[in-house]
Amino acid sequence: MSRIEQRFAELREQNRAALIPYVTAGDPEPAATVPLMHALVAAGADLIELGVPFSDPMADGPVIQKACERALRFGTGLRDVLAMVAEFRKTDSQTPVVLMGYLNPVERMGYEAFVSSARVAGLDGLLTVDLPPEESEDVVGLLESAGIDPIFLVAPTTSEARVEHVARAARGFVYYVSLKGVTGSQSLDTSALAARLEGLRQHTGLPLGVGFGIRDARTAAQVAAVADAVVVGSAIVRLAEDHDGDADGFARAAAAVVREMRDAMDSARSTGVAASV
Amino acid sequence: MSKIDWAAFPDVRGHFGPYGGRFVSETLMGALDELQAVYEQYLGDPDFMAELDHDLQQFVGRPSPLYHAERLSRELGGAQIYLKREDLNHTGAHKVNNTIGQALLAKRLGKTRIIAETGAGQHGVATATVAARLGLECVIYMGEEDTRRQTPNVYRMRLLGAEVVAVKSGTRTLKDALNEAMRDWVTNVDDTFYIIGTVAGPHPYPAMVRDFQAVIGREAREQHLKMTGRLPDALVACVGGGSNAIGLFHPFLADESVQMIGVEAGGEGVATGRHSAPLCAGQPGVLHGNRTYLMEDENGQIIGTHSVSAGLDYPGVGPEHAWLKDLGRARYVSVTDDEALAGFHRLTRTEGIIPALETSHAVAHVLELAPQMRPDQSIVMNLSGRGDKDLNTVAEREGITL
Ligand SMILES: Cc1ncc(COP(=O)(O)O)c(C=O)c1O
Repeated sequence: MSRIEQRFAELREQNRAALIPYVTAGDPEPAATVPLMHALVAAGADLIELGVPFSDPMADGPVIQKACERALRFGTGLRDVLAMVAEFRKTDSQTPVVLMGYLNPVERMGYEAFVSSARVAGLDGLLTVDLPPEESEDVVGLLESAGIDPIFLVAPTTSEARVEHVARAARGFVYYVSLKGVTGSQSLDTSALAARLEGLRQHTGLPLGVGFGIRDARTAAQVAAVADAVVVGSAIVRLAEDHDGDADGFARAAAAVVREMRDAMDSARSTGVAASV
Repeated sequence: MSKIDWAAFPDVRGHFGPYGGRFVSETLMGALDELQAVYEQYLGDPDFMAELDHDLQQFVGRPSPLYHAERLSRELGGAQIYLKREDLNHTGAHKVNNTIGQALLAKRLGKTRIIAETGAGQHGVATATVAARLGLECVIYMGEEDTRRQTPNVYRMRLLGAEVVAVKSGTRTLKDALNEAMRDWVTNVDDTFYIIGTVAGPHPYPAMVRDFQAVIGREAREQHLKMTGRLPDALVACVGGGSNAIGLFHPFLADESVQMIGVEAGGEGVATGRHSAPLCAGQPGVLHGNRTYLMEDENGQIIGTHSVSAGLDYPGVGPEHAWLKDLGRARYVSVTDDEALAGFHRLTRTEGIIPALETSHAVAHVLELAPQMRPDQSIVMNLSGRGDKDLNTVAEREGITL
């Protein structure tokens, strides 16, 4: 059983949804990332999504674009990010880590070199937003042989036929992009979400994560009532901008947001606030 | 190589050998499937093709002449030089061949809003023009740096009713405009049609834009045969994303005797690193929806490009060119800013034609190539656009205040 499967199994037992914070590796500076990951776990994160900085983050809104720019000022590359994962693993062997980013840095490193370093580092999943299943055969084969889960997206615009296709390629969990738009957009429609997730469950037994547009504890709780995982990105990364280079201040603020979301999500599940969705 | 059935490429998933494909976020996959379906449907539809031909004749002014540049040919003392006069098209460049076609598809799909990226502003103007004509809302994304060096085109787009958004992210040039247009499209995919301006982007764009631009090569082939009774020996075109080049090259691919040379922007010289020549000095990677040659660093980050011409200032190139390069069917060279400027002046003074700075790169290569050939041989150069938009840039470089 992969670390991701293991984690979702535990959470299901406890009737809890997973909380998955996203942070961009190297933001606001490379030395801050591993301590930040530990702080997020201590505050209640179940998985960590670690962003690989890219020069052309086409699927991201301004908040994560700027995080990439901050990280790239230090030249944070994919090898550095894998080194951060390895460092994190030294003291946390339980929390799954998924890399999220764009394909080109992986292409440049080479699929085989990436997969073997990632396995050694203790990486659990890879989500490349610009890699649909159609183009992913080569890398998916290598990932699977190394026990790393390829994570794929499903969008509001994904047809039934494609859902089937994506579900077949996906491992770990399926990431539902809750809105048409880039990361950090504001218009998550929680009422349509429940029905859509219900539809997806016809096609896959994998846990369903929901991301894009989850901005606060209230939305996180609403989503947790119907989804298996809540992914929060811009709402956390924005704090790095607010703390302008103060890595400790950022880590404290991020941990506070995670803790608040964690509490709201858990109480939504235990009191059945799902009704409000 | 003669065994290749050129018409069979790209394959059904948009691949030219290892290049091309569809590397976009999931939200856009449905829209691309839809686009591919209408494009395939209408390309074989006589009514659609008749409407397209009508517009190309009556609105764009096609066919464009194939002009024998006799004085320049004589001065260089080598091959006969023929210029395919895309500069005479309405709006002043080849770009409109494509925007006319895509706008007709947008209309068929019932989309009410058009977006586009632009570098030099020629594609933006050509898009704003067709949007005005069809009464569609139009938003053009342009790098802030390019809005500064192409001010006349920014004003033209605004006159035509388009909203011009100056993109301030990244390097503030064409690649960032493309990123921003993609972000708009992913947000407004239901009512918006994205008119990509070159043979890049996810499938079906590289094939579709090529098919709309191939009118250049079809006409040139027929015109050259009629004028000389034979095929040209060489084709020369500048390459930014590669649409004017592939438009000229594609109808000649099966003519093995015809050499093809694409000219990239060498900027301050390929050795300086300050250039926009991915085919000459880059390597394969994935950007903007396709796999192709890119300018990138050792971490796979896209690096800043440089060219005096905004329309060539792009770190990638259409995937079909990447494939033609690997196959050896086309050759790619680079020309520096200074050489392009010299070409700009030479053509202007010798033939009375002021070329765009993009086009001037092709001119510069012709100046080098023609003398190495015999007077009974010929070169067809794609004169992709006119230079009016560049007068400020040229004057500024030469210390002249207009
Ligand atoms: C006149 C002209 N030629 C060439 C280009 C380069 O584009 P492509 O390589 O797609 O033809 C441009 C782009 O703006 C242009 O305006």
